[in-house]
Formats: sequence, structure tokens, C-alpha cells
Amino acid sequence: MTDPTAHVEVRDLTLAYGEHVVQKDLSFAVRRGEVFVIMGDSGCGKSTLMRHMIGLNQPAAGEVLYDGEPFWAADEGRRERLQGKFGVLYQSAALFSSMTLEENVSLSLVERAGLAPEAARQVAALKLALVGLAGFEQHYPSEISGGMRKRAGLARAMALDPEILYFDEPSAGLDPLSSRRLDDLIRELRASAGATIVLVTHELPSIFELGDNAVFLDSERKTMIAQGPPGELKESPDPKVRAFMSRGRL
Amino acid sequence: MKPRPETASLAALSASSPEVAAAQRLRFNRQGPDLRLVLSGPWILKAGVPPIDDLAREIDLAPPRRLVFDSEGLEGWDSALVTFVYAALGVASRRGVDVDLSGLPAGAQKLLALARAVPPHVEAHPAEDDALTARVGRVALHAWGTVGDGLTFLGETVLALGAFLRGRARFRRVDLLHAVEVTGAGALGIVILINFLIGAVLAFVGAVQLQQFGAAIYVASLVAIGVARELGALMTGIVMCGRTGASFAAVLGTMTVNEEVDALTTMGLRPVEFLVLPRLLATALMLPALVAYADVFGMLGGLFVGVTMLDLGAVEYLQQTRQALALRHVMIGLAKGVAFGVVVALTGCYYGIRCGRSAAAVGAATTQAVVMGIVLVVIVDAVATVFLHLVRL
Repeated sequence: MTDPTAHVEVRDLTLAYGEHVVQKDLSFAVRRGEVFVIMGDSGCGKSTLMRHMIGLNQPAAGEVLYDGEPFWAADEGRRERLQGKFGVLYQSAALFSSMTLEENVSLSLVERAGLAPEAARQVAALKLALVGLAGFEQHYPSEISGGMRKRAGLARAMALDPEILYFDEPSAGLDPLSSRRLDDLIRELRASAGATIVLVTHELPSIFELGDNAVFLDSERKTMIAQGPPGELKESPDPKVRAFMSRGRL
Repeated sequence: MKPRPETASLAALSASSPEVAAAQRLRFNRQGPDLRLVLSGPWILKAGVPPIDDLAREIDLAPPRRLVFDSEGLEGWDSALVTFVYAALGVASRRGVDVDLSGLPAGAQKLLALARAVPPHVEAHPAEDDALTARVGRVALHAWGTVGDGLTFLGETVLALGAFLRGRARFRRVDLLHAVEVTGAGALGIVILINFLIGAVLAFVGAVQLQQFGAAIYVASLVAIGVARELGALMTGIVMCGRTGASFAAVLGTMTVNEEVDALTTMGLRPVEFLVLPRLLATALMLPALVAYADVFGMLGGLFVGVTMLDLGAVEYLQQTRQALALRHVMIGLAKGVAFGVVVALTGCYYGIRCGRSAAAVGAATTQAVVMGIVLVVIVDAVATVFLHLVRL
């Protein structure tokens, strides 16, 4: 049964690499406009789940639905169109090192949206300004810091005004101040752009600061063991979830 | 100046969707000292972004005191609207014109506030002087820097070799064995194939000339001496530049990008000793062995053409080969093999270990390693040939 309020719905999903099952029986819904957090201990398959949700890995079983439309059951052309709804910020930012920041952001605007180069350049300037990188348009990724690369990756993810933004460990490798600034940016972008945000992280400050809802994946039981608002998960009956949410202090 | 009550202009759009673009409108409406920008229709990326030049021209025509946005007729918006307004803010700011954004949708106002929260980075990206003299100067300085850096690398390698000869070099023996396998057995197939074909081509080209004098049998001499002294080693060196030199540059370049080379340094291990030395030893050892195979299969290629196309007997051909081929020819070829092995390993490792910090840099390092490797192999061959001629060897 499809959840009518769900923007993204994960239904009975099993993630596997060949015979090796990473996670199984995952079912949850991400509502439109909310920040949904995928969390769990290291190696539990958070990023793998995200890769299955955005169409990079095919699930061994189950389905991912966007506005009620099955993603994996669709043909390749339809899947590509559905992927136009996403923007993804990868853990390493994954900026193209041979392109300037402006070229990185305008690539999809020109190649996918068919914008004229001058219009794409203007949109890229806006997107870079939104993440605090105005004036860095002609810089290459190797010429800016790690935190700036993450923000440039965010600008690229937002290039096509996606309905859904996926963030894979956005704070990984950042100092607390840069991490905090990125969290603020995500919150402000959500307030002004109204996108649905799926956040893969194990950073507790980000989880409590940003998350409306969350799912907790367990590497030992290879399935989700809790879901709900992060504040409520602190009181979860599962001791592992409680320990995680209170940084081991029970 | 008499104010113009209303100037209408359909935004000339760079649209991907003409039917949407046709509905997207921007009108200029003068109201006293204000210039009112009346936006209507769908302002979405699908319809493109209106060029900002129209607004700049309108302002320059009669500079207003203030720009006022009116979005009551807006039928939908996304980044196209915010992009246009953001660009308009820049145009207005440069001309000292105030802007009133209160007529825009609340979401757009928030995004614009966010975009303007951090002032633009003012330090301009250093623009390169594009003059011919500047470009020549840059290339010359870069080449000079590379020569200096290359000599430093060569010095480090000699020190590493000294440490090896004293039994003090620190590297994993398994790395040496792996490099021996990769540069030796791994390259054997392609070396045999290329040299067999080169021998065959040499025999064929030689035969066309020699047959005119009834001296077709001397094809065997031509191939034997040509392959053993020159072509066996040269072709093997060139093949190894493309295969092994490129591989060294790519592997060491990726290790540099991943900070693995830095990790070795901070662990107290010398990257040249740990990474370059085993590759250098393996290539210098294996390349002459490959040259020996190259010689044999080059001559077999000549034999194949001689027997199948020139009607020479196999025994006759081999006897002529034995008569023509002196040991010094073979030794010269093998010695060149050692020299080419050193060149291939050093260029591949040099460009790999001095690689930049990006994926593109690894590609550039690999290309440079192959190009420079081939150039140096040919230069070394030419110098050796002239030198050997002078000493009558």
C-alpha cells in the first residue's frame, strides 16, 4: 500500500553485493519537504542504501517509489527522467577536477536542461553565491579547501532545482566550524527552497539539528532497528540505538 | 527627461522550451524615479533565463533612483527568477541604483538574502598573460624547472642505488618480484608480437631492393644485424614506454593523489627507495631479457618472409644469419636494453611521483611519462649509435 504523504518510499528493500546481503527488509517513507536522516554504525550500509535509492545500485529485492511511482520497475528512460528530480552531494564532493567550479555547476544546466551557456553561467553564479562561494567561479577544485569543495558540491547538486537532495556524509572530514556552517546552509536552503532532504550521516549534532525523521540501520542484524524523529530515538527501547544517540552514555 | 510610461519587451530567451518561453514576460514600467520590473508568466529554468542586457540598457537610458519588482502576474518560478534578480542586483549595484525586492515571492527573497549573505570573493583569479612572449617564457621556465627537478630525482635515485649496493635500501622484496613479473613475463606477449612483425616488415622492405641485384639472401643479414643492434632494443623500449612507463606513472600518481607517498615519507621511508628502486631494478633487469626474445622473434619474422615470399630455404636463411651476426651486435642490443630499461623506469616513476593532486593530474603524468620516455629512448639510441660508430664497434 502506497503512503499518500510519501515523497520517497522504500518498500521491503534488500541491499546485496552478489551473495553478500548488506541490509534487508527496509521499509520507510520520506515525506515531502522533510529532512530524513539515514544513520547507523560504521559499515552498516548507509551509503549503500542511498546508492540504491538514487539508482546507482539495483536492489536484490524490494522497490523505491517516487511520488508513488516505482523506480526500479520503470524502464531506463523513465528512470533517467526520475533521476532528474534528485541532486546528490557525494561524500568526497566528487567535483570534476579538470573543470572550474562554474563549469562543474553549469554542466547539467547545459547538457541536461539545455540552457544556453550564458544563462547556465548566470545560474551557476547564483548557486555558488547561495553556498557562499561568490567570486570563486573560475577556481578549480584543487585551489579551494575541503569545506569549500563540499559547498561547491552542494551548489552543483542544487543546479537543476531538484525536488530531493541527497547528502552523503556532508560533514565528513570537516572541522566543527565548517561542519556547523554546512548544517546552517542545509537548514536555510531547506527553508527557502523547500526541497526534501535525505541525509546520510552519523554526526549527532547534524542529526539533532536538522532531522525531522530518521531510520537506524544495524550492521549486526542487517536491518533497520528503529525509526522516528531523532529526539524520540534517544528514548528507543533498543539499547544500541539509545547508546548511539547519546554517544555511548546510557 | 520625459519618463516613458511603459516599455514592453518580450524577454529574448535562450529557451529550451519555446512554448514556455513565449509566456515568460518582463516589462519595464517607469513610475516617477522608479523603474518597475513587471514579471509575468512562468519564470522557470525550462524557459531559460532572460539576458540581463535589456535591463542594463533600460537603466542606462534614464537612470532611475530605484528598481522595483512586481511579481503579481507570476505563474510559477524557480532558479530562473532568482538568477535574473541576482544578476539585476549586480547591474543595479554597479550603477548605484537602489533595489526594492519586497514585490518578489517570499521564497525568492530568502534565497536572494542567502546568496548575498557572504560578500563575493574579491581576490581575482590570477589571469594568465596570453602574449606570445609570456607563453614562451612560461614554457621555458617550466622546462628549466623540470630539468632541475629531474636532476634532483636522478640524484635521489643514485643515492638509493648506492644504498641498495651497500645492502641498506629499504623496500619490500615482494614489490621487486612483482615488478619483475609485470615488466618481464607480463610484457612478453606484446614484445614478441611487435618484433616478429617488425622483422617481417624489415625483411620485406629489404627484399624489394636486394632482389633487384639478385642478392635476396642478404635479407637474412639485414634482418639479423638490424634487429640485434637496433630495432629489437628500440621497439622493445618504445613498447615498454607505453606499457610499463605509463603503468608506473599511473600507479605512483594515484598513490601521490591518495597521500600514500606522503605517508611513506612521514613513516621515515624514502619514496624513491621504496617505490622507485624496485621498479628501476626490475625494468633494468627484464628489458634486456625482453630484447633477447625480441631479437629471436624479429629474426623469425624475417625468416617467415624469406621462406614464404622470397623462396629462400630455411637452412640457407639461418646459415646466412649465423654468418652475419657477430656476438658484439647482440651484446650492443642487450646493453641498449639495460639503458632503455633505466630510461623507461625513471621517466615513469618521475612523472608519477611528481604528479599533482587531482585525477586530471594522473592522466597528465601518464601522458608525459610516455611521451618523454619515447623521446629519451630514441635520443639515447641515437647517441649510442653515433658513439659506437665512432669507436668502430
